[in-house]
Amino acid sequence: MSIQPKSDGNALVRMEHIYKTFNPHSVNEVVLFQDFNLSIAEGQFVSVVGSNGSGKTTILNLLCGSIPVDSGTITVGGRDITRLKEYQHSKFIGRVFQDPGKGTCPELTILENMALADNKGGAYNLRRGVNKKRIDAYRTQLELLKLGLEDKLNLSVGSLSGGQRQALALLICTMTPIDLLILDEHTAALDPKSSENVMQLTERIVREKKLTTLMVTHNLKFAINYGDRLVMMHRGSVVLDAASEQKSVLSTRDLTEKFNQISLEDGN
Amino acid sequence: MDIALGLLINVLEEGFIYGIMAIGVYITYTVLDFPDLSVDGTFPLGACVTAALITAGVNPWLACLIAFVCGGLAGCITGFLHVKLGITDLLSGILVMTGLWSVNLVITGGSSILPFYNRNTIFNAGPAALLPEAASPYRIVIFAGIVCLIVKLLLDAYLKTRSGLLLRASGNNAQYVTSLGKNPGTMKIIGLAIGNACTALAGCILAQQGESANVSSGTGMVVMALASVIIGTSLFRKVKFIKPTLSVVLGAILYKACLVIAMQLGLPTNFLKLLMAVLFTLALVSNNLLSGRRRKQHVNPTQI
Repeated sequence: MSIQPKSDGNALVRMEHIYKTFNPHSVNEVVLFQDFNLSIAEGQFVSVVGSNGSGKTTILNLLCGSIPVDSGTITVGGRDITRLKEYQHSKFIGRVFQDPGKGTCPELTILENMALADNKGGAYNLRRGVNKKRIDAYRTQLELLKLGLEDKLNLSVGSLSGGQRQALALLICTMTPIDLLILDEHTAALDPKSSENVMQLTERIVREKKLTTLMVTHNLKFAINYGDRLVMMHRGSVVLDAASEQKSVLSTRDLTEKFNQISLEDGN
Repeated sequence: MDIALGLLINVLEEGFIYGIMAIGVYITYTVLDFPDLSVDGTFPLGACVTAALITAGVNPWLACLIAFVCGGLAGCITGFLHVKLGITDLLSGILVMTGLWSVNLVITGGSSILPFYNRNTIFNAGPAALLPEAASPYRIVIFAGIVCLIVKLLLDAYLKTRSGLLLRASGNNAQYVTSLGKNPGTMKIIGLAIGNACTALAGCILAQQGESANVSSGTGMVVMALASVIIGTSLFRKVKFIKPTLSVVLGAILYKACLVIAMQLGLPTNFLKLLMAVLFTLALVSNNLLSGRRRKQHVNPTQI
């Protein structure tokens, strides 16, 4: 089953006729996507929910080039990125991971992390790593996080808490212009308060920079409260796709019911 | 008293020379997190290249530069095997180390020892000839120290550049380098080139000190370099104003001092390599005990 893109005209991200099978020709073979289609309009904030193994994270991995597609095409902003290497995707896709350790470099200081990210897209040559003239700009950006990090520029990132690191990762990954922001259950490893903070920060950054965003989450409340489109995945297909008005009438209870219904099919 | 001074000078000479190698191995082992065994091959490579060049009448300082570049190329091969051909880090190093044995023999023209007595070296020609007669017993320690200092300062400066920061990031969190749109594999190759270039330079300086190159001088260099790095970084970790590049050189000097003391106490030369291995084991164990108490919570990367 596939949902045809509704507003194809201004779609920024297009996944077309995607096929993906894990462990082919073995007893563990899992046929996940068969003619899967998804398109995301420019500036749209999409939340994706679904049970384990429904294919949400695989969508992100395919978009980022972490794993290859079997067949089909993926385009972002008109560019065919299906066969690019993972690091080549990063030039226009920013990704925040579930693991707060992945989005920053623990041994380097906050300042060095930001300087590295600030230079994304430029040459990593023998010029001075930290541009002194930019320090004030970094400080201003850190102030927006309201975590007091602006006074700890020379502290190594490894000594920050998970929530602080995730907020920093989010900031770092949106420092330079990107076409698409991917949030991979980025609040899942945090305590409820930090995860609420990071989610509010996400909302603010996404709206301010008008970023096209794809967020995978296990938190149904976040999926309802944030974003302008909600997609529910089940066994490699979209079972619910609610945009704008449709989404605004959805409640957590509707979603939980739908969720339980598909979970029952799986015998969970 | 004179004997003690002589020993001290000897320890410092060799400590500075092996310190250059320790700085290189610090880049591969600590910064890149890459256990690089090709060091056992690139050390004599530097020595053999130097012997061949100096015998041919090349300026000894130029020979240092060429040995440095040759070591870098050997490091690139290790990196290529690991990054592009997908061979494990340990095996890539072993392959290059094994291959270099033949390369070194080709360079020396088939002999396992290539002497170049009474030729120009950095210790007796060029700037060294300007030293007053009174300083002559100290010329080796002075010039080995100068080369070591230059290498240290250059690497300190490099680690602060954009490329250097990216190198540190790629050893620390390769995913972060990928997120910046850069290939972490390329940075690994660069780091291995730097590490092996420094090692070959150390081999070059040692050959000039002894005025001969020995094809088998590489045996045990990995152990010696790693021991210096681990002793240095674990002892001086807490001292803020000592940079890691300096602490590994101090580690090399301390390690050399232990060996010299053991020899003076009457340990037969045959036991030298065994002692090196035992000292390294002690360094590793004490480092584990020290860091066990303050080990950081390691976050396991979650997949899919």
